[in-house]
Amino acid sequence: MTIAFPRPDEAVLARRNEIIGGLARLVASEALIISEDERRAFETDGLTAYRQMPLAVVLPSTTQEVSAVMKFCHEQGVKVVPRGAGTSLCGGAIPQPDAIVLGVAKMNRVLDIDFEGRTARVQAGITNLGISQAVAHEGFFYAPDPSSQLACTIAGNIAMNSGGAHCLKYGVTTNNLLGVTMVMLDGAVVKVGGEHLDSPGYDLLGLICGSEGQLGVVTEAVVRILRAAEGARPALLGFEKAEDAGACVAAIIGAGIIPVALEYMDKPAIQICEAFAHAGYPLDVEAMLIVEVEGSDQEIEDMLRRIVAIAEPFKPKTMKVSQSEAESAAIWKGRKSAFGATGRVADYICMDGTIPTGQLPYVLKRIDEIAKSYGLGVANVFHAGDGNLHPLVMFNTNVPGEMEKAEKAGEDILRLCVEVGGCLTGEHGVGIEKRDLMTCQFNEVDLAQQMRVRGVFDPRWLLNPAKVFPLEGRLAA
Amino acid sequence: MTTHLPRDEQDASTIVRDASEKGILLNLSGQNTKAEMGRPNQTDASISSSGLTGITLYEPAEMVISARSGTPVSEVIRTLAEKGQELPFEPMDYRPLLGTRAEPTIGAVAAMNISGPRRIAAGAARDSLIGVRFVNGRGEVVKSGGRVMKNVTGLDLVKLMAGSWGTLGFLTEVTFKVLPKQERMATLVLRGLKDDRAVEALSQALGSPYDVTGAAHIPARDRQGASTLIRLEGFSVSVDYRLGELRRLLKRFGGSTDILEGRGAEAVWQSLRDATVLTDGADRAIWRVSTPPTKGPEFTKRIAQSLDAQWFYDWGGGLIWISTPVDGDAGASALREATQTLGGHATLVRAPAEIRSAVDVFEPQSERLMTLTRGIKASFDPAGILNPGRMYAGV
Repeated sequence: MTIAFPRPDEAVLARRNEIIGGLARLVASEALIISEDERRAFETDGLTAYRQMPLAVVLPSTTQEVSAVMKFCHEQGVKVVPRGAGTSLCGGAIPQPDAIVLGVAKMNRVLDIDFEGRTARVQAGITNLGISQAVAHEGFFYAPDPSSQLACTIAGNIAMNSGGAHCLKYGVTTNNLLGVTMVMLDGAVVKVGGEHLDSPGYDLLGLICGSEGQLGVVTEAVVRILRAAEGARPALLGFEKAEDAGACVAAIIGAGIIPVALEYMDKPAIQICEAFAHAGYPLDVEAMLIVEVEGSDQEIEDMLRRIVAIAEPFKPKTMKVSQSEAESAAIWKGRKSAFGATGRVADYICMDGTIPTGQLPYVLKRIDEIAKSYGLGVANVFHAGDGNLHPLVMFNTNVPGEMEKAEKAGEDILRLCVEVGGCLTGEHGVGIEKRDLMTCQFNEVDLAQQMRVRGVFDPRWLLNPAKVFPLEGRLAA
Repeated sequence: MTTHLPRDEQDASTIVRDASEKGILLNLSGQNTKAEMGRPNQTDASISSSGLTGITLYEPAEMVISARSGTPVSEVIRTLAEKGQELPFEPMDYRPLLGTRAEPTIGAVAAMNISGPRRIAAGAARDSLIGVRFVNGRGEVVKSGGRVMKNVTGLDLVKLMAGSWGTLGFLTEVTFKVLPKQERMATLVLRGLKDDRAVEALSQALGSPYDVTGAAHIPARDRQGASTLIRLEGFSVSVDYRLGELRRLLKRFGGSTDILEGRGAEAVWQSLRDATVLTDGADRAIWRVSTPPTKGPEFTKRIAQSLDAQWFYDWGGGLIWISTPVDGDAGASALREATQTLGGHATLVRAPAEIRSAVDVFEPQSERLMTLTRGIKASFDPAGILNPGRMYAGV
């Protein structure tokens, strides 16, 4: 437990009843959660080691309600922690005692689908998968697919600029977002973007995406929807050495092939996921790639033939192309449940740094050494095409001191990612988890520029204030 | 007027810091090929990136390239081509429209978010731009993003820099992710369609599973019939297959179809990219409109009621290039009425300076968005010395 929270504002805590009374006048009674029992469901997110009880939780049903609550909090100087489904792995939605949680999960309707124009307008509390399900009957889907897509909301995806396994081809949230309706801290409702491409002035949409709930609360979004490929098929390639798998990735890309997904798993990850999903993963290899290609049967076969030929010189121990829908589903079930499956065998923390892919063998070796130096195990799953790593550092919560060790190991791994030319987080966000490491990646001037931009939207640091920027040295506008 | 030619980033920082202390207004430029774009503004001195050249990093296997901001776009494209790669967003070359000759720089591609026909499939310049280094209006060297393609660390200032037209900072280095150049390109052409039918056909193609990377429509004019163009790229086997499927899918639109390949096809997409499809004279004003694609035909129908306009569509109908006479407001009020009603935004790309001073070059924004815009400007450039007024008055 090494991450600090700011000292709560005593004056706000003392006014709790008054604040709750004010909120009660703004929203329906079922939208306001004040009892300790019910608030407990909101005290953490995907970073469950950290918990803070919020002052109250508000779950509005309309943009107008969000606006009224924001205006009230602004006037009262009450901090606001926006929340989608609470699946953040970096503690992006963890509250604080002097803040209210403003959750958008009740606002989960599809507002309009335009198949011809290839856009969907949705309320921001809809789940990521909910969008794809709403357009599936016409063969369309929403492309970014974080592992938590069953639960996570588009609001959270926008806040974190979430990615997924298929972003090598389709991009991340910011590449698939066309517009938002956002409530500013003072309650003003602004519309940015729309059903068209690109912005007339500054790219505010690009700034809002990935801003981790610090600039406003997004209540509606317009996203691009895409027609799904005719088919998709993954292949498994198993290698005796991590270096061979890494070199094979480079060779595939070098040959001009961008598979729709290119995932890497190391031996511990393969074993954990296979035991959970029975996907037919090879258990005798050091590294495995899941390579997925899309198109008609004929196109898929042509592409897989090319990939197999490219892989040959790296002497894969196994090469297995999925033969059925069921096999494909099992292969992806294994990969997408990597976090959950690891959670069944150990406690873990999941890192999310990105590295230049050329550094892969070196970084994997160092990650292993770092984990060993703390006496911990590590399983690696990651998006190989883009260098976004997910080392899962495993520990046992019941052993005193192990979690702190795991956190230290994680920190060392992220420093390593930055050292080799990468970054702290590829798709999970900074949240509280990586907040204090921001100074490894950015110098004071870089951070000050970001904070001044933040200050344009929230000069008093009321919106999700404990996140992203180190607690020391904060600047307003 | 003094033109500063910084030799390196530190030099640029000194120049801008000095200017900010003295309140010297700076015009930011590369090779001046687009100097006649944007709102005309009054500045005291110039700072050019033309001395900041060279590719600083290129890793084909990682699909990433970095270059100093003054590096010619042609050098970047050539370097990528040697390894069979390209800039995915197909940046437009403004020189034919603007009648300029020097070498456009890669910094401007980032600063003006310059994209081409492939924007609908591969994103805009802003989607490929993954890292920037720049000098802000305080003379500080700032970095954002980096050289890896997935990065959500901190606020995404890269996006703010893309399309800020030099009003927030003087770019010194930019990093783009790149893609392999496809083995083959072929274009299916449908002849003789009216605008609304053409956009319907393009929507159908873009809503198909066949990975369309270009979707344009050139209406009939003079003795030339209308052509609707659908571009496919990829491995040859796959292009053949998808051409066949698309032909079948679009059969109901009738008319004759043919397939363009090779140099002829490349020339057509270049003329669409650079808007040289508009051929009605160098003395006409040119607008670039982004609107919901299915609204494209209605947009042109509206403006044709009051304007002598010529146009063509890209991005499946969502991008409309329009030429208008340079009388009065060059069509600004008619176009802006249409964007207000149908959604989207219109930019005046080419017009005499008097017109660009008199009408809004960029789409006017709501007062609240302008407040944010001014706030952001001040957070980068408190003294307001960088390209002041190039986009909006007071910004």
